[in-house]
Amino acid sequence: MIAILKYNAGNIKSVRNALEREGVGCILTDDEKELAAADKVIIPGVGNAGPAMRYLRERGLDRVIKSLKQPVLGICLGLQLMCRWSEEENTGCLGIFDTDVVKFPPSGIIPHMGWNNFTWLNDDLFKGLTIDDNMYYVHSYYAGLCSHTTAACTYMVTFSAALRKDNFMATQFHPEKSAAAGEKVLRNFLSL
Amino acid sequence: MLKRRIIPCLDIKDGRTVKGVNFVNLRDAGDAVELAARYASEGADEVVFLDITATVEKRKTLAVLVEKVAKALNIPFTVGGGIKTAADAATLLNAGADKISINTSAVNNPGLISDIAGRFGSQCVVVAIDTGFVDGKWKVFINGGRTPTQADTAEWAVKAEESGAGEILLTSMAADGTKAGFSIGITKTIVESVNIPVIASGGAGTKEDFRDVFINTGCSAALAASIFHYGEISVNELKKYLSTYNIEVR
Repeated sequence: MIAILKYNAGNIKSVRNALEREGVGCILTDDEKELAAADKVIIPGVGNAGPAMRYLRERGLDRVIKSLKQPVLGICLGLQLMCRWSEEENTGCLGIFDTDVVKFPPSGIIPHMGWNNFTWLNDDLFKGLTIDDNMYYVHSYYAGLCSHTTAACTYMVTFSAALRKDNFMATQFHPEKSAAAGEKVLRNFLSL
Repeated sequence: MLKRRIIPCLDIKDGRTVKGVNFVNLRDAGDAVELAARYASEGADEVVFLDITATVEKRKTLAVLVEKVAKALNIPFTVGGGIKTAADAATLLNAGADKISINTSAVNNPGLISDIAGRFGSQCVVVAIDTGFVDGKWKVFINGGRTPTQADTAEWAVKAEESGAGEILLTSMAADGTKAGFSIGITKTIVESVNIPVIASGGAGTKEDFRDVFINTGCSAALAASIFHYGEISVNELKKYLSTYNIEVR
C-alpha cells in the first residue's frame, strides 16, 4: 500500500489520481502507524513552506517523516520541506538533504512554470528516460545543488531537479502532471 | 531550457464541449474528457476549460466534469468561467483543477485574486484579461468581452500581479475570432510590464501566427481554440513547425 502524506498543502489529489491511473491503491493519512506500515510514502504538495512546516511540527509529523525506512518520494513542496531551510518565510525544514531553498532571482519570470528538460545521475528513478524528455515544473523557490543532487535543471540558475539520500528521494518537477515521461518516473518509484 | 507552451482551449456548456470538432476516432465530440485526453496525447502542454454555461444551477455540473478530467488527464489544466468567489475557486481546485482563471470578477473585485492566492498559492491563479483597442489605447473589457471599461490593460496586468496572480492570460478582442494573428504589440507590452508568465490568446489562424508571437514577444505560452478544434492544425504538427524556427517546444 502506498501512503500519501495528508497535510495542509494543495494539489494532493493529483498524485492520488496519477496512482489510480497506474492501478495502484493508496491511502491519504497523517497517522504515524499507517505511514510506518506503508510500502512507500509520497509527500506531494504545492504551497507555502512556512505553514506547511508549522503544520507538520504541531503534529509531530516532522519526526515521523524522518523516521521512515521505506522509499519516500517528495514532490515539489515535498522536496523543499526535505531540505535544511527555506527562504520562504525563513523556515527551518526537515534537514534530510544538505541544501537550502531560495527564491529565483527577480530578474526573470517567476514562477518557473512549464516544461523543462534536465540531466540526471545514474538513479533507478530515471530509468528509461531520454535526454529529450521534459517534466512539468511550477515553483518560485529552488533547492541549490549539493552532494544529494541526483538531477539538475536550469532556469536562470542550475538547481536540484531531484535529490536522494538513502531511502529519501524527491523531485522538484511534478511527475503526476508530466505526461508519459512523468509516468515513467512514478512507475520507477513504485517498482523500487 | 524552459519550453514555450501550446495550450488548446475548450469551451464548455452544461458539462459538454461547444465548438464543432472533426477529429476522427472520437466516440463523442462533445465529451470534454475525451477531447482533452486527445489533446494531451497530441502534445498539448496544458488545457484550458472555459465554462460558458449561462445559469448558476447548471454550472454546478462543472465541478463534476473537473473531477473526471483530473482523473483522466496527465498534464496540467486550468478552469475558468463564472468564478465569482474564493469558495467557487476552492470547489474547482479541490475537484482537481491545477489552476483557475478569473476575469470579470477580478476586475470588479481585485481582492478576489489575493483571497485565492492566499489560500491556494499564486501558482494556481490565472488572471484572464480581455483587451480591446479603443481611441488609441488598449482598454480592459469585461463580461466576455462585451463591456469596455476605462482600465488601461498594462496597468491592470501590473495590479493583478501585485495582487497575487501567478499568470496572465491575455486575449486581444481585436484579433479574437478573426484568425488574423495574435496582437503582437499589446502582448509584448504586457510581457514587459509584468514578471509572471503571459499566455497570448486571440487571433491564431496559422502556424506562422504562433511563430510570430513567440519570436516577437517574450510570451510563455500561446492559446487557441478553433484551429485545434476543427483540426486545421494539430498540436504535434505546430510544434514540429515551431522547432524549425529554433523556438523551444516540448
